[in-house]
Amino acid sequence: MKRVIVVGNGMVGYKFCEKLRSRTTDLEVIVFGEEPRPAYDRVHLSSYFSGSTADDLLMAPLSWYAENNITLHIGELVTEIDRTAKTVKTHTGRSEAYDYLVMATGSGAFVPTIEGVERDGVFVYRTIEDLNQIISYAKKVKRGAVMGGGLLGLEAAKALMDLGLETHVVEFAPRLMPRQIDDAGSDILKHKLSQLGITIHTGKSTTKIEGNGKLEGLQFADGTTLDIEMLVISAGIRPRDELAKATLLNVHPRGGIIVDDYLRTNDDSIFAIGEVAVHNNMVYGLVAPGYDMADVVVRQLVGDTAKTFTGFDMSTKLKLIGVDVGSFGDPFCEKTPHIPIIFQNKHKGTYKRINITEDGKRLLGGILIGDASQYSMLHQMVALEMTLPENPETLIVGGGGGGKADEAAGVKGLPDAAQICSCENITKGALVQQITECGARTIDDIKKSTKACTGCGGCTPLVNDLLKITLESLGHKVKKSLCEHFDYTRQELYDLIKVKGIRSYNELLDVHGTGDGCEVCKPAVASLMASIWNELIVNQDTIQDTNDRYLANIQRGGTYSVVPRIAGGEITPEKLSAIGRIAQKYNLYTKITGGQRIDMFGARVDQLPEIWEELIHEGFESGHAYGKSLRTIKSCVGSTWCRYGVQDSVSFAVLVEDRYKGLRSPHKLKGAVSGCIRECAEAQSKDFGIIATEKGWNLYVCGNGGARPQHAKLLVADIDSDTCIKYIDRFLMFYIKTADPLTRTATWLNKMEGGLEYLYDVVVNDSLGIGEDLEKEMKELIAGYHCEWKKVVESPELREKFKHFVNSDESDPTLEYVDMRGQKCPTDWNKK
Amino acid sequence: MEQHNEIKVFEPTADTDIKVWFKAAPVHAFPENGGACVKYKDLQIAVFNFSRRGEWYACQNLCPHKMQMVLSRGMIGSLDGKPKVACPFHKKTFSLTTGECLNAEECSISVFPVRIEDGFVHIGFTQ
Repeated sequence: MKRVIVVGNGMVGYKFCEKLRSRTTDLEVIVFGEEPRPAYDRVHLSSYFSGSTADDLLMAPLSWYAENNITLHIGELVTEIDRTAKTVKTHTGRSEAYDYLVMATGSGAFVPTIEGVERDGVFVYRTIEDLNQIISYAKKVKRGAVMGGGLLGLEAAKALMDLGLETHVVEFAPRLMPRQIDDAGSDILKHKLSQLGITIHTGKSTTKIEGNGKLEGLQFADGTTLDIEMLVISAGIRPRDELAKATLLNVHPRGGIIVDDYLRTNDDSIFAIGEVAVHNNMVYGLVAPGYDMADVVVRQLVGDTAKTFTGFDMSTKLKLIGVDVGSFGDPFCEKTPHIPIIFQNKHKGTYKRINITEDGKRLLGGILIGDASQYSMLHQMVALEMTLPENPETLIVGGGGGGKADEAAGVKGLPDAAQICSCENITKGALVQQITECGARTIDDIKKSTKACTGCGGCTPLVNDLLKITLESLGHKVKKSLCEHFDYTRQELYDLIKVKGIRSYNELLDVHGTGDGCEVCKPAVASLMASIWNELIVNQDTIQDTNDRYLANIQRGGTYSVVPRIAGGEITPEKLSAIGRIAQKYNLYTKITGGQRIDMFGARVDQLPEIWEELIHEGFESGHAYGKSLRTIKSCVGSTWCRYGVQDSVSFAVLVEDRYKGLRSPHKLKGAVSGCIRECAEAQSKDFGIIATEKGWNLYVCGNGGARPQHAKLLVADIDSDTCIKYIDRFLMFYIKTADPLTRTATWLNKMEGGLEYLYDVVVNDSLGIGEDLEKEMKELIAGYHCEWKKVVESPELREKFKHFVNSDESDPTLEYVDMRGQKCPTDWNKK
Repeated sequence: MEQHNEIKVFEPTADTDIKVWFKAAPVHAFPENGGACVKYKDLQIAVFNFSRRGEWYACQNLCPHKMQMVLSRGMIGSLDGKPKVACPFHKKTFSLTTGECLNAEECSISVFPVRIEDGFVHIGFTQ
């Protein structure tokens, strides 16, 4: 078997191995890496400062190499190549022979020869070891600077900021990122970065690094100085070609191993890829061209010589310190006749420039700062030489709200050949095929099958849009109609039911639906009817979802839980005792809930009416712990007892819970009232939360806990109780009427066009003029309130429904319990 | 749980194999477009009154997913016109004509024929 030796285990060296092994196991592979760890993601190095560990950054774990029959020697530097004998030798004295040699030694940080550069406190920004040293030194100092305002320099600046230092950036050229953006763009970027706390110094040539032993400051050619205690040099990279030079391979005068279109050096058996290679006088400092080079070499080794390396598009889009920056095509067009169109918004910190041909037909390149949402589309337009629209300025003006829609439309307009992921060279057509033919449904599916989004991650938003559009075209419901039985959205059904006065599911299905219904539309319609008519839901019991069917939450084993309402979480000792007595009598398991009330478990269906009869007799009502309805309004003790309370939060909570109890909605509703800013009732995680202030109440909306918690947002501040109730009335009715099925208020707001501002407009400013109607509807619902358990208890006919068997009074003989801490609990159903 | 171990999975039976027509309960004891549970010897049978189709169905009350006696409390409906029931716990759906699970990899449930005679619901068994 022939053998390939790879010198260098960086990102490109690793990618070569990955691509080779995906094509053949018929070549032996040995890799030497100088660093003490296997290949890691240097592109995302700065995430090391925000929590990623060295292991998180690994391209592949050590085990991957073993599993793929690759012998990896880390911490081993190749020191000699003998081209005649075709062997390499490392610093440990080990010697290995090769049939093919792949130089992937990359580059090292360029350290300019400035007096004092050897002082303590001066670092480069390249390896994890560098980062560890930077982190350690930063603990002892307060002011740091980065030399170099290019891509890597700005990343390093963010790192210093994250480490808590006063941060400066010193750039030799008159602007930042001189190779990607122009002067005007640099000004906007500079302004944005300074708002974040970074001081930028452009046009500064450092002449001396001063200090006594350790660094104390910088001196510049124009005579100015800068006091700093730490310096990170990020002033460029230089290819690691020393080995090539020593072995007399052709090397470019400015450094780097010269290669042809096949990435071959002047020695037939030796290739060079990645940052160490010079192709057509160009060194590529991005990872995507390096991957492409690796691909070309791998193909040759397996006998496929069709593909060559013909240069690479250096367009990039990245997020620098929270600022989006994009540069594509020819950003400057210094030598090409062109017309620049520039859109600048200093207030928002955005700068967009596109260069179009003089006849206005094609796009040559551009720069985007602050808002790079149109990057992918524009980049493709350049790459594919697409014709520009009539008014090309529309491409960059009119972002913001319409931006998202534009971007999605952008993917649609791209031809199949358009390259979506440049790191792995994946086209739109290939991605669409994964979705339409290979069953890909999520970003993870796509990552697994194609490796798109796994390199720099820049194409992820575009791939997301493509997923959405393609899935929609496959018939995944574009229109949110309920199910196969109703071709209407929930909102449309709401209107139909209300306007036509339809009060039974059967009638709705007969007149406006098809088929016989199902477990999706029945509960949805039941909920709509409850929200509109508030009639006794047990009268249409068979269309109700599980918990509403028997007005109790079904538990393992088939028994139910019983939850009486305890408004505001406030209860008298007498009532507490009553609950205790009833729970003991029926041998129920009791627990206090998150909603500040008591839950009793283990009630058989036939026991429910009896238990509720006793509870009602003691003055309790249904707590609606079941159903998509209002649950509780939690409270913390306010100005009545608490030394910090500024308003009577418990009274207000009781009032609010009593007002809205029984309300049914698209999904459950939870509220809370806190007595002061300390917020002990956790109102900010509720659908509507009220927090007391000196002047009144602050009303927050659209929060929720659960699997994806989201804090509620402040709607209005310092209002009195009546106004608060008025807004909550409107807010809840608006939600009930317009939300999709099974959507919490948080999701409803997230999807709302115009977001919180729009909601505020509708609820507080009454911009739609529906405020009065909403309040009226709410009042009607409130007036129609009845305790549904009371109704069941008082009706022998309804009580008949609560039986296990229809032809026997026996209860379910299969119920089984075990003891847990003195109370009963069902046997584990996983053990059946 | 000896009772569960004794239940066998059987194929939908032809009428000629029925040995017993069990008179369960009057028609009006069952809800419209919903189900109720019938006790027959040691078995629990879910019976569904699919009023809008004018049809009756019966199947085992035991949902094979987590072995719970609850199918009779599930919602019925149709999938492409074919009658089904959804288990109240996790909404696994089963065909009411063949017993097969329609939306997951679960075992099929047993189904039984139903006859209405003199205002009473009768269920057919082979034993």
